[in-house]
Amino acid sequence: MSIAIELAYWQQTVLRTVGVLVAVLIPAGTLVYVFLFKMMSFMQSRLGPMEAGPYGSMQLLAEVGKWIQKEDIIPWRADRRLFAIAPYIVVASVFLILLAVPFGPDAWFADLDVGIFWVLAVSSISVLGILIAGWASANKYSLLGGLRAAGQLIAYELPMVLAVVGVVIQAGTLNLQGIVAAQHGGEIFGFGGIGNPYILSQFIGFFIFLVATQAELTQTPFDMPIAESELVSGYMTEYSGMRFLLFFIAEFASAGAFAAVAATLFLGGWSIPWVDLDANFMNVVGPLVLLTKMMLVAFLVFWARFTYPRFREDQLQQLAWKVLIPLSLVNILATMALKVMF
Amino acid sequence: MAKFPAPKAPGLVKGLGVTLKTMMKTTFPSRGMKTLIPAPSIGAATVQYPHEKEMPAPRARGVIALKEENCTVCMLCARSCPDWCIYIEGHKDTAPPRRPGGKPRQVNKLDRFDIDYALCMYCGICVEVCPFDALFWSPEYEYSELRLADLLHDKDRLGEWMQTVPDFEPYEAGSEQKVRKVPR
Repeated sequence: MSIAIELAYWQQTVLRTVGVLVAVLIPAGTLVYVFLFKMMSFMQSRLGPMEAGPYGSMQLLAEVGKWIQKEDIIPWRADRRLFAIAPYIVVASVFLILLAVPFGPDAWFADLDVGIFWVLAVSSISVLGILIAGWASANKYSLLGGLRAAGQLIAYELPMVLAVVGVVIQAGTLNLQGIVAAQHGGEIFGFGGIGNPYILSQFIGFFIFLVATQAELTQTPFDMPIAESELVSGYMTEYSGMRFLLFFIAEFASAGAFAAVAATLFLGGWSIPWVDLDANFMNVVGPLVLLTKMMLVAFLVFWARFTYPRFREDQLQQLAWKVLIPLSLVNILATMALKVMF
Repeated sequence: MAKFPAPKAPGLVKGLGVTLKTMMKTTFPSRGMKTLIPAPSIGAATVQYPHEKEMPAPRARGVIALKEENCTVCMLCARSCPDWCIYIEGHKDTAPPRRPGGKPRQVNKLDRFDIDYALCMYCGICVEVCPFDALFWSPEYEYSELRLADLLHDKDRLGEWMQTVPDFEPYEAGSEQKVRKVPR
């Protein structure tokens, strides 16, 4: 069943743009407030922001206001044009990721047949933005940060892709909507009670995906590119004001986007067990279900972020190449064998 | 090629446990019936400063107070100050004789005694070095200013801090030393 309203192409485009903006900014804001402001503070026995609004809930708006007021400084030697567009490239990649994530039976921005492939492809565009930012800043710290980011993101792209391959083999489709349906209707060794959220059968894949996500987000155990004690702020060193805000939004929006993708791949996406997949009300409930699952995944991601100290560069690369990639290859082989056997 | 150390799973998991436990302790500090009501304001180890204040220790180095009458313009403090943040000017003056019929005494009158708290690094050498009990530590700390220049406290302002100087604490039992007195 679908909503019987015919919209012109431009009307659809406007609606989708607004929808993606909402889908990017609301989870990003929620993540910043719930995890960065509050959870981190509680983990350190303090309260975090408390002044702006009740329990500091308006703090983020205050911060955004502050950043917009600030002067947008471009260093004299910087490559002005590249310097200016770099943050937009990083943000754009986040928007493109969320484009393929389904929120309900009819609530999607683009129902791509190559859904998860698209997600993984566009997520690596952010590397370009980061590398451009690092290069264009004409600053040695930025350049080192950008190079480290490039090395790290490429290294962790592989385990991420390989972890996803297991899911794709099990679901038999690249389409995210199809993966959700496969999990909803799936069975675990003949038991179909709760469907088959792939976290149960692909827990190694889930673990690898989470670790790789952490690295893709350049979050704390993997924050060599930012490493404030040695690189000031890495590729973001020279950015200020609005452009810094864009990097900041991109960081947390991509945390949200990756968490949403992980929730779709491993936790059953917007579906609820026992509830009809095509029910019309799932278009309203689905986004909330996905948001809840996204928050669960994000909790794991940020929990690790606020707990662990930083990896050294060689440890970081070794973890990717010597542990995660072999592990994910074994996972793929095992999934293939089981898929053929059952 | 360095060998990759075996991942220490127990330690990693323990770390996650520590952060989670701290978070739960901060969020749900109450016991008994109210266990499930989140009350981070009670659980947090910090206080919300401008609304709630913590009393610093009585011997805390907050601000330096000046007892103007005791100062003899000997300049020891100004000369010992590592970053030269004390400014002293004085002149010779005559004071009435101590006993009737005596000669008028010559004294050094203090004209200016400024401490620039924008420079001061709270080392306390001036307090240590003062031989005439004119400088004292006070635990007060709320004297920030919007203008840097306003951090220069003149001798009247430094004199006002004298009221906040706490009495010296008694020495431990059996000490031969007499406890110093703060001139009031």
